[in-house]
Amino acid sequence: MRIAAPVIATILTLFVGSLMFAGLGYDPATTLQAFFITPVNSINGLSELLLKASPLILIACGLAVGFRANVWNIGAEGQLVIGAIAACGVGLFYPNPESPILLPLMFLAGAAAGMAWAAIPAFLRARMNTNEILVTLMLTYIATLFLSWLVHGPWRDPAGFNYPQTALLPAAAMFEPFDYAYRINGSVFITVAAVVLMWLFTDRSFLGYKMKVSGAAPLAARYAGFRESSAVWTGLLAGGAAAGIAGMAEVAGPLGQLSPQISPGYGFAAIIVAFIGRLNAFGIVLGGLLMSLLFLGGEAVQMNLGLSSSLTRIFQGILLFFLLAADFFIFYRLRRIPEHA
Amino acid sequence: MDLFIAIFTGTIIAATPLIFAALGELVVEKSGVLNLGIEGMMLMGAAFAFWAVIAGLPMPVAILAGALGGAAASLLFGVLALTFLTNQYAAGLALAIFGSGVSAFLGRGFGSAPIDALDRVSIPVLSDIPVIGPMFFRFDPMVYFAILMFVVISWFLYRTKGGLILRTIGESPETSHAIGYPVIRIRYLAVMFGGLMAGLAGAYLSVAYTPLWVENMTAGKGWISLALVVFATWRPLRVLLGAWLFGGMTILQLQGQALGLAVPSELLSALPYLATIVVLVIISQNRQMLALHFPASLAKPFRPAT
Amino acid sequence: MTPRLELRNITKSYPGIVANDDISMSIMPGEIHAVLGENGAGKSTLMKIIYGAAQADSGEIWCDGKPIEAHNPASSRALGIEMVYQHFALFESVTVVENIALSVSSTFDLDTLARQITELSNRYGMPIDPHRRVHDLSVGERQRVEIVRCLLQAPKLLILDEPTSVLTPQAVVKLFETLRQLAAEGCSIVYISHKLDEVQELCDSATVLRNGKVTGTAKPKESTSLELARMMVGSKLPEMHVSASVPSDKPVLAVRGLSAPARDKYGVELKNVSFEVRGGEIVGLAGVSGNGQAELIALLSGERTHSNALAVHIGGKAAAHLNASERRKLGMAFVPEERLGRGAVPPHALWENAVLTANRHGGLVRHGMVDRTKATGFARGIIERFKVKANGPQASAQSLSGGNLQKFIVGREIALQPKLFLVAQPTWGVDVGAAAFIRQTIVDLSRAGAAVLVVSEELDELFEICDRLLVICQGQVSPPLIRTNTNREEIGLLMTRVDRGNGTNGRGEVAVQD
Repeated sequence: MRIAAPVIATILTLFVGSLMFAGLGYDPATTLQAFFITPVNSINGLSELLLKASPLILIACGLAVGFRANVWNIGAEGQLVIGAIAACGVGLFYPNPESPILLPLMFLAGAAAGMAWAAIPAFLRARMNTNEILVTLMLTYIATLFLSWLVHGPWRDPAGFNYPQTALLPAAAMFEPFDYAYRINGSVFITVAAVVLMWLFTDRSFLGYKMKVSGAAPLAARYAGFRESSAVWTGLLAGGAAAGIAGMAEVAGPLGQLSPQISPGYGFAAIIVAFIGRLNAFGIVLGGLLMSLLFLGGEAVQMNLGLSSSLTRIFQGILLFFLLAADFFIFYRLRRIPEHA
Repeated sequence: MDLFIAIFTGTIIAATPLIFAALGELVVEKSGVLNLGIEGMMLMGAAFAFWAVIAGLPMPVAILAGALGGAAASLLFGVLALTFLTNQYAAGLALAIFGSGVSAFLGRGFGSAPIDALDRVSIPVLSDIPVIGPMFFRFDPMVYFAILMFVVISWFLYRTKGGLILRTIGESPETSHAIGYPVIRIRYLAVMFGGLMAGLAGAYLSVAYTPLWVENMTAGKGWISLALVVFATWRPLRVLLGAWLFGGMTILQLQGQALGLAVPSELLSALPYLATIVVLVIISQNRQMLALHFPASLAKPFRPAT
Repeated sequence: MTPRLELRNITKSYPGIVANDDISMSIMPGEIHAVLGENGAGKSTLMKIIYGAAQADSGEIWCDGKPIEAHNPASSRALGIEMVYQHFALFESVTVVENIALSVSSTFDLDTLARQITELSNRYGMPIDPHRRVHDLSVGERQRVEIVRCLLQAPKLLILDEPTSVLTPQAVVKLFETLRQLAAEGCSIVYISHKLDEVQELCDSATVLRNGKVTGTAKPKESTSLELARMMVGSKLPEMHVSASVPSDKPVLAVRGLSAPARDKYGVELKNVSFEVRGGEIVGLAGVSGNGQAELIALLSGERTHSNALAVHIGGKAAAHLNASERRKLGMAFVPEERLGRGAVPPHALWENAVLTANRHGGLVRHGMVDRTKATGFARGIIERFKVKANGPQASAQSLSGGNLQKFIVGREIALQPKLFLVAQPTWGVDVGAAAFIRQTIVDLSRAGAAVLVVSEELDELFEICDRLLVICQGQVSPPLIRTNTNREEIGLLMTRVDRGNGTNGRGEVAVQD
């Protein structure tokens, strides 16, 4: 039952997608193939699939910890940006650019910066009663503007022909690809570790249990004496750390430097991934792969068929719509609470 | 003096989309429904209106198209949140993402040329008064329409039976249902009204405020409108005042260079977002005030018992 | 004469239960007709069907000789059927006149309506100010608003659902006068209750329900209480065993000068509350709902903390600043009024709900990890010991009936071997058998040495199991009364006013335990 909704939602999304393509005057079969099959029809395609799925899964794991406790961090995009900035800063300005501890330092910097950025809404919600949805979002805009200021101003590469971007990171500050033919690198192991940690935390630990109670029945959490503020802090810091690390892995992986646009919306897409995965570690893995495929498909149809890559966001939206609707039919209709007289 | 008039009128104009969107959301939230998808509905409205102008339709029709675009988008949210009883946060987020996708997709054909913006009208006689005239009587019609909507919504909410029904549904849909009001239908109407208003806000952006197609041109104005409703503690007059405050912030950012402020443009651009956070923090301190006009059933799914 | 209302073979099922099974009855004009039954007998469902707020699966409803079709509350009101809900259908945030305007179909003219309300409420001896906000009204005043709302429609049939459960005995007398006046004017009244004495005093005829079926009809004034009770609960009336209490020397719970401001606009301010509960005794807290019980219990359970740590002592330790979990370490256990969403997490399995409060016991949580096997075993133990009807420890809390979930929660809290046991409304919405079982469990726990505080709006229940009684009114708590030396009238008086300053209240003796 638990996987029925995502499967139904995916099938319905494909169906509506083909209708949409047909409506736009494209042959649905060819287009769907171009969107969903061709991009992953090669080793490079699979490498790209994992490369994009990795940050999505990583961030979604972090966010899901909070979502389970009704802590709505929707500013992972901003936390990713700040994490990337901090990691890149360490990579660029650490005195010894060949040091083997450079990469671990960047990892810590990314995680710490993401957590620090998420600590702002956590503090405001826990101590000041301020809605975290709006604060995390506003901070995302601010983070993006901060990045833009850095790459246009103080961090701009003097040898970069005036392009708004930083210098390239030294080799020691980069994840080494498994094979130089493809872009996939060792940072996927961070994601694998995060999935296992997330599973242990949410399914087995007492703190995870407490957060689940906070989300499902806040009054019961108060009744049991679970502190709301600890759920808020844990939820936001987990998301912030995950997003910060994802930002670090982007800049130390496929990007190699900062520019004004460092994420194609991973922070927002990860929200959908978390929901598709039912806030469950292994569900999130599948959701992340699916979402990554949507990104690749969007790029592929843009290149091959001249369609807009914004189709990706339309697909994301439709998928989430169908998932939420399917949830209703599966969970609500079949397991309705009997009403008593 | 000219600079003052420019800042004043600029503030009023910049506040107009916020007024539309936030007043619409106010009505939605008063009915007990939280639609986080304003950003998506605004973008839909902006895209539909812009498309209508390019297609050569007259300006009023284009604005109407924008409003209907927003309403259509809101209906998607309505089905999820009201009929399928999904988590309203998730449904609103889905709408925000979906709306930005659809608008970007539609916008791929819009090109980068500006269009003829909505004309300003100089109200005869009044607009010729020195100072007062340029300050108050030379706006485009939508600016006046936004103020009119404020009056109508205030009157509706607090002076009519319909408003009373809406507010009480927001307090307790169970009780409204027990008395015999069609809660779900009324909430649908409220959600669609909110979509209509967000669509108007988006249309205003794309055909009057910056008559040039830019992807994601709302730049967070939908989210700021959401914050405005909280800031206003669910009262229409405060929505109006809050919108002007934020409008002023935006204009300060645009006029920053003119005023000779030696700070990075990014910092000025960040001002409205920073201000939103500060304002939210301040307003959240006063729980009593927040609770006074807060729709008690906000964001809680309701299903009528049979 | 044509009956005002006639029900023919009404049947209504919800998933898992048949709420109404083939129910027929008829009510004549001007008749006061009781629908008598225990909690869960199907009375409220039946009333919703009469009013159109719920639809019967089969059967017919006739009004003045005509069948009612396309039934809903609006069509009921058009026919002159009005209903006063047990839990009022009033909006707190708006005024009396606005509330009433919502349910009358006349044009929206608040001034005229306000005049009508004043005039009508005075005529029936229950004056109300139409311009006050409902959240400022007492429960009794709210009921007046409900009744005036119905009377404005000049009803032909008035349904009242447990109208006295929120009233003091004195207010009940007033209400009955109004109802008799109405009936004398030709209005039929359907009076739903589980209180025999009231039905015998007020009603001309009665239909008795049990488990959704009609088990008999009677003329209450000509029947004995025993006859009616038999029809209501079946042949076996549960018996209680309450032995004499042997209170401990030192109090387990001591509340001293506890004051707390109202938390929000609907809250009640607590004023200088002081009392003690000793080991081995049961203290009851009586009061009309909304007089500060919720606030007090939250402060005692630790769901709300207090800056003055000394205001609450548990087992001799200052505890008012501690949260619920920290107070549990001191030996407190608590059964709240709301079972779903507070005492238990609705979608979670029973074993998960066991972890909710038992996480410090029996190794359910070790090294920060939840031991599922132990938790499941713990939950299974409760299910067996307290005869909870459930599909094993994996069943979700929301799949249980109210009574069984309450047994599970009471069982869980008792399994923690508390020194202090707080329980609010222990038998609300629980069937007779389960209620007796729960009450007996509470008595046994106290006799084994635990200090027990019971908050209840059912005076019968408090008189049945408590050793001493406290009365709360407008946030003030009376000095304790010894149960055997007081009576309902005295408690009723205290429920509406608390004398400040002096040590004695009303005519009762103040319990002195030292």
